[in-house]
Amino acid sequence: METGIVMTVANLIRGILMLILGNEFIVSVIMKLIGIGAMIGVISFAAILFTYTERKVCAFIQVRLGPNRVGPRGLLQPIADMLKLMSKEDIIPYGVDRVVWALAPMVLFVPSALAYAFFPFDDGAIFADVNVGIFLLIAISSQSVLTFLMAGVASNSKYGMIGAMRAVATSLSYEAPMVFSLLGIVMITGSLRMSDIVAAQQNTVWFIVLQPIAFLIYLTTCFAETNRTPFDFVECESEIVAGAFTEYSGMRWALFFLAEYANLLSISVLTTTFFLGGWSGPILPGFVWFWLKTIFMLMIFLWIRWTFPRVRIDQMMSFGWKVLLPLALVNVLFTGVGIYINRFM
Amino acid sequence: MTDVLSFIHFIVNGVMDFLVSIGAPDLIMAGIFYLMAAVTVLSALGVVLMRNVVHSALMLTASFIGVGCLYIYMNASFMGAVQFLVYGGAVAVLIVMAIMLTRRPDMAHSNPSRGALHQLGAAIVAAVFCLVMLIVSMASPFRTEASHLGDEVKGIADLMLTEYVLPFEVAAVLLLIAMIGAIILAKGVSENDA
Repeated sequence: METGIVMTVANLIRGILMLILGNEFIVSVIMKLIGIGAMIGVISFAAILFTYTERKVCAFIQVRLGPNRVGPRGLLQPIADMLKLMSKEDIIPYGVDRVVWALAPMVLFVPSALAYAFFPFDDGAIFADVNVGIFLLIAISSQSVLTFLMAGVASNSKYGMIGAMRAVATSLSYEAPMVFSLLGIVMITGSLRMSDIVAAQQNTVWFIVLQPIAFLIYLTTCFAETNRTPFDFVECESEIVAGAFTEYSGMRWALFFLAEYANLLSISVLTTTFFLGGWSGPILPGFVWFWLKTIFMLMIFLWIRWTFPRVRIDQMMSFGWKVLLPLALVNVLFTGVGIYINRFM
Repeated sequence: MTDVLSFIHFIVNGVMDFLVSIGAPDLIMAGIFYLMAAVTVLSALGVVLMRNVVHSALMLTASFIGVGCLYIYMNASFMGAVQFLVYGGAVAVLIVMAIMLTRRPDMAHSNPSRGALHQLGAAIVAAVFCLVMLIVSMASPFRTEASHLGDEVKGIADLMLTEYVLPFEVAAVLLLIAMIGAIILAKGVSENDA
């Protein structure tokens, strides 16, 4: 297997730096910094692009035109939005818990961005290929719920408070089925390393074939994880204004949205990696396959987001605990039995 | 052109050799350790010193995350991830949630501060605890002995499901009992069932 495009480019940059600087260690440090910069670039670019994509797809589903005034086909709309948000007055409501309130949107971005360190973008193009990759990824992304709590409690408003409570309830009831749905994949792969998970699908079939139930469970929990309709209880604008972000405006509010779009991309990438074979695919280079699958998953997420109405919070909770969790556990059991039988065949 | 390049190489390598000779790599690694340790200890102090009890709870989370980072620094990334997931995720959220439910009108002074005598007592207890922990950690073999588990996850799994399977099962039963107890406390039980 030849190395992918990303690694070829990385090796080229490494070679040029080596020629100029001539010291192995310095070059590897600079390469790590370039990697971090590239990931931040991917997140920012995705956030800008997704605001446009989301509005266009939403408009298409609702038989509207969507943004079409700023630039050709409304392509400059994200830039106009950004300028608008940056030029807004920074309003700090009366009675907020200043430090916690100001920290919440900044801290929220950290787990969303850290998760990108574990994504296998291409053959060998993974920033931190640690031996407990998938577990560490889940652990880090589970931290984001606390920032919703921070935002909601510090806002000193009832809508913020309700939003924060709902964030906790959602994450408690959906984290467990999500982890158990991924356990089947880990059992088949026999490793927690992200690159091993992709490699295991390269040799056999995609895990969506072996683990269809886990795929559906994971897809469902993803919506709760990223707070998108049908499970967007943290903000649901028609019930509690905007939940935890009610009191935020301008760039602080934009940071919440940056994190939301970073999470949206990250669930698309993760579904691709866990169930659709990651970057592996015939003929085309791995990098192209990776983004094709990711965009496909992204479109499915957008499609569901704009097609389904919001369910009630108690329905969501009982669905999580009484349907998804037992289903995920049964899936783990059957996967175990399947592996056991397979061993003696 | 080649002269310029070789000159740059000379300078870069010289600086690097100098940095290595004064032990900069060790210094940086030690610095990272002390930074994380300082964050952990200071936020733990913040838990008891903060006036607002919500701030205390958030500081506790910061302390948990600091401990998790220390695990990862010491090449125990599995333990670090468990620390993040269980303490940073679940325990911290439950504590903050519990505090939110006991909300009072003025949160700014909700963490009661005591008089000088109480503070002195706390300082003495903390000092004695530190001393005991220091002696224990100096005397125990854990200080120098690296783990012999090989691959961390496999090693832990092997030990937990063979040699220490009984404590593992006992812990599982204990958690089950706690869960049933919590459900009974929350839902109540009718007298007729007993």
